[in-house]
Amino acid sequence: MSNLQFSLLLLVMAGTTYLIRALPILLIRKEITNAYIRAFLYYVPYVTLTVMTFPAALEIAAEGTTVSDFLPGMAGVLTAAVTAFVTRSLMLAALFSSLAVWLLLLCIGG
Amino acid sequence: MNRNVLFYLRGVRDGLPIGLGYLAVSFAFGIQANQLLGSIFQSFSISATNLTSAGQFAGLDVFRNFATGTVTLGAALLAMAMTQVVINLRYCLMSCALSQKLSPNVTFWQRTIIAFGVTDEIFAVSMAYKGAVQAPYSFGLMTLSIIGWSTGTTLGAWAGQILPATCVTALAMALYAMFIAIVLPATIEDRKVLGVVILSAIISTLMAYVDCLNVMSSSWRVIFLTVVIAAGAAVLFPMPPQSSKEKMK
Repeated sequence: MSNLQFSLLLLVMAGTTYLIRALPILLIRKEITNAYIRAFLYYVPYVTLTVMTFPAALEIAAEGTTVSDFLPGMAGVLTAAVTAFVTRSLMLAALFSSLAVWLLLLCIGG
Repeated sequence: MNRNVLFYLRGVRDGLPIGLGYLAVSFAFGIQANQLLGSIFQSFSISATNLTSAGQFAGLDVFRNFATGTVTLGAALLAMAMTQVVINLRYCLMSCALSQKLSPNVTFWQRTIIAFGVTDEIFAVSMAYKGAVQAPYSFGLMTLSIIGWSTGTTLGAWAGQILPATCVTALAMALYAMFIAIVLPATIEDRKVLGVVILSAIISTLMAYVDCLNVMSSSWRVIFLTVVIAAGAAVLFPMPPQSSKEKMK
């Protein structure tokens, strides 16, 4: 990827993100009341984050498609879920799940 | 002391925990970005111009698809714009709500700056503020958030170059852990979110692994499933203003 190509992609990325944030705050002064649009916007982040996480998180250390390739990812996801459930802390979930992945990689010599 | 300075300092104080949190999360982004781009400056420049977690990670996926030759530049640019629109759609709602919360004497140009700082966390703190939000307060909130997000990315990109591969892989899990920690409380509070999340995970995994369903790149899959599943859920469970609870973290 050349610097120009990177810059073009970055420009579109930052520009789109900015416009999404700026247009409503500059133009719309009323709150959205449509029940369907509100519900749609409510569900969007949860679906997005889930689709980004699965299956990518499970494949985090996978080089092939055998069961052992997915073990570190599974351990990380499970640890993150349990930590998040117990502590409700993003930082601790991130810390412990990284540790879990690291320990498994050490054990299976990845 | 000048009133505006006081508002600004209060914003900086309230922005400190946000900045610290961003420092940690953007570290994971820095590692991943540098792995792909091989440039600390490019990794930093993405964070400095976007200031959004999910959008940036999804954007990285588009960069990757282009770098590996999976898609042409034109297709990548289109995918990039679409990805950011869909993934950052929630900012649209927050931005609408925030416009109600801003003091009427916040000018148009001040709003153009405040718009850049609409993130899940800054939005949450702004909405919790007592009374109308003044422009200097918003600028204060943004200051440490932007510094934390950019610095963390730079540190992560740098650390990724010197840490052993095992550590880099392990730290990459930090991001997914954060996503899980954001989604999980909502699935416990709201059964509908739980259903939506389980369905999303299953369909996304099937689309990645079942040959006849594996028809699009991962970045398009995020867009496609977000629109289809969120729209389906909205039709099934609409949300009138009084009963809605937009409690995003």
